[in-house]
Amino acid sequence: MKNVKSFTLPSRILHWVMAVMILAMLLIGVFMASTVGSGYYRLVALHRSVGIAILVLAMLRLGNRLHTPPPSLPEDLPPVMKIGAHASHILLYVLMIVLPLVGWGMLSAGGYPIPLWGQSVLLPPILPHDPVLWAELRSVHTLLAFLLFGLVLAHVAAALFHGLIRRDGVLRSMLLRERLDPISQESHGD
Amino acid sequence: MTTNTHMLSGSILRWLGVITLPFFLMLSFLWAGGWLTPYRLTQAAMLDALQKGSGMHPGFRRNHAKGVCVAGWFEGNGSASSLSMATVLQKGRVPVVGRFALAGGLPYQADAPEKVRSMALRLMPSDRQEWRMGINDIPVFPVGTPQEFHDLQLASHPDLTTGKPDPARMQAFRTSHPWLQPAMAQIGRRPVSSGFADDTYRSLDSFLFVAEDGTKTAVRWAMVPVQPVMPEIGHANDHDYLFRKVIEDIHTHPLQWRLMVTLAGSGDAIDNPSKGWSQDDRQINAGTLTLTGIGSEENGPCTGITFDPLVLPEGIMPSGDPILQARSAAYMRSFYLRSGERPTAPAVSAEMTVPSANARDKKS
Ligand code: HEM
Ligand code: HEM
Repeated sequence: MKNVKSFTLPSRILHWVMAVMILAMLLIGVFMASTVGSGYYRLVALHRSVGIAILVLAMLRLGNRLHTPPPSLPEDLPPVMKIGAHASHILLYVLMIVLPLVGWGMLSAGGYPIPLWGQSVLLPPILPHDPVLWAELRSVHTLLAFLLFGLVLAHVAAALFHGLIRRDGVLRSMLLRERLDPISQESHGD
Repeated sequence: MTTNTHMLSGSILRWLGVITLPFFLMLSFLWAGGWLTPYRLTQAAMLDALQKGSGMHPGFRRNHAKGVCVAGWFEGNGSASSLSMATVLQKGRVPVVGRFALAGGLPYQADAPEKVRSMALRLMPSDRQEWRMGINDIPVFPVGTPQEFHDLQLASHPDLTTGKPDPARMQAFRTSHPWLQPAMAQIGRRPVSSGFADDTYRSLDSFLFVAEDGTKTAVRWAMVPVQPVMPEIGHANDHDYLFRKVIEDIHTHPLQWRLMVTLAGSGDAIDNPSKGWSQDDRQINAGTLTLTGIGSEENGPCTGITFDPLVLPEGIMPSGDPILQARSAAYMRSFYLRSGERPTAPAVSAEMTVPSANARDKKS
């Protein structure tokens, strides 16, 4: 076994919780933006709340990342792959923060009330009412969401490449079963 | 994990392992977006069906394209406040921006008595608990589901050569949808008033009023004119007579409507706007709408928003009516498309909406 240190437990929890949320948001997003069916209203409401939750978690996560640097990549990883990994991770952070802000901003520019949860709590607008801006941001929201989905696919493939082809401990460093970490030992299932 | 001997088949399996998960994610994404299910009714298909009947008019609403902005206030009288906690229904006055329009996607269509007229309203209380609505002057909606609406658009769009709907296509729609006969007949024989000012506009769709204690009541509502209702007299020679008339009316005196809320009786269909409700249902007069201003859509306050019927305050919720969901989705899509386009000057121009010397005299 090659010696790659593991991510800390809070980092791993944030990673997996957000992974599920973001994948769900991408699927809900393209589904609701194409449907005229009976789930529309509820899905859009869910999309808004989960999207804002992702924004909050992403900022927490950014703070956590700056505070506790992640384990370094294996020494023998080719430099192109290292650069690709770092660049895609930065872009993932950017999108996790910018995409929900664009969602919030576009509804502000469109003059829509923006309920956070149920109907009683409204988010304040973060941009002035401007229909041209609304149309532009609505396009940007789609564009960035598709870019995020592409990155997620590449990210999953790269993780599996580390785990199954290179077997260099990088995938294991994010899974919730790292020997060197006594905390995850307890919840270790297999 | 043991280190396997690097057999060729083992390595193929591992590579399969690498691509399988991304592949299934891609498939679910494509499925969710409707790209694998061409038969599923999408927002794009709905807007295409609307556009088929009217052609492409950049910058205009994809339905109810010819219109004019209005402004005023709504004054709740508190009578409905035991049924709904919405702030707009409490006693008090809230500012209103609205729009009168003709149904259909043609922004330059000629006014005519039998064309469906609409009123759209945005009630804006100070706590930002907005109520938006788009309401029509027909007694019931011609269809009960989004699919039926889509199919009706395709059946009723005007033929390119004759400019009229193809009677054969319309007949085929009627025979394949016998359950919509009563609604179409009711719409066909409705009384027609002289203009926008003396018309009654109805929600058609049902909603739920939610009281402070959580009790839900299914309702529909109508804006009933305070102005006396006059019979229709033809104006074949004036392309915009309905709009000219309402501009003149508002410049002469404020126009008023009563918000009449109808409570569903036991036999009423909540989730189907093509079914009328019983005449015996309880009605509540919940307040009065007063319109005092009117102006062209060009840079007007009703242009840069959409009157999405699911923009509702706390205290009003959508019913299970499937048309409401399709409307919310289609209005957002229409609002998105038109806001990114550069419109031509609207039929009801800024010059038309300035008060005439005549109206100014009458007002003072
Ligand atoms: C990480 C967070 C988010 C992700 C991954 C995401 C993803 C998506 C996707 C994939 C779409 C469909 C785009 C299309 O097919 O055109 C979409 C649409 C949309 N999103 Fe988001 N979104 C996020 C956050 C938000 C937030 C915070 C809001 C609002 C507060 C929001 C509001 C919307 C709206 C209103 C639509 C359009 C619905 C329609 O067209 O019917 N999104 N989003
Ligand atoms: C599935 C059924 C329906 C579809 C797809 C549909 C579609 C549309 C669209 C695309 C617009 C333009 C929205 C915008 O660009 O802001 C519109 C406007 C409008 N619709 Fe519908 N509609 C439907 C049912 C109804 C019903 C049941 C009513 C009446 C109760 C109604 C009343 C109105 C009104 C009043 C407007 C004009 C709002 C304004 O003046 O801005 N619609 N409709």
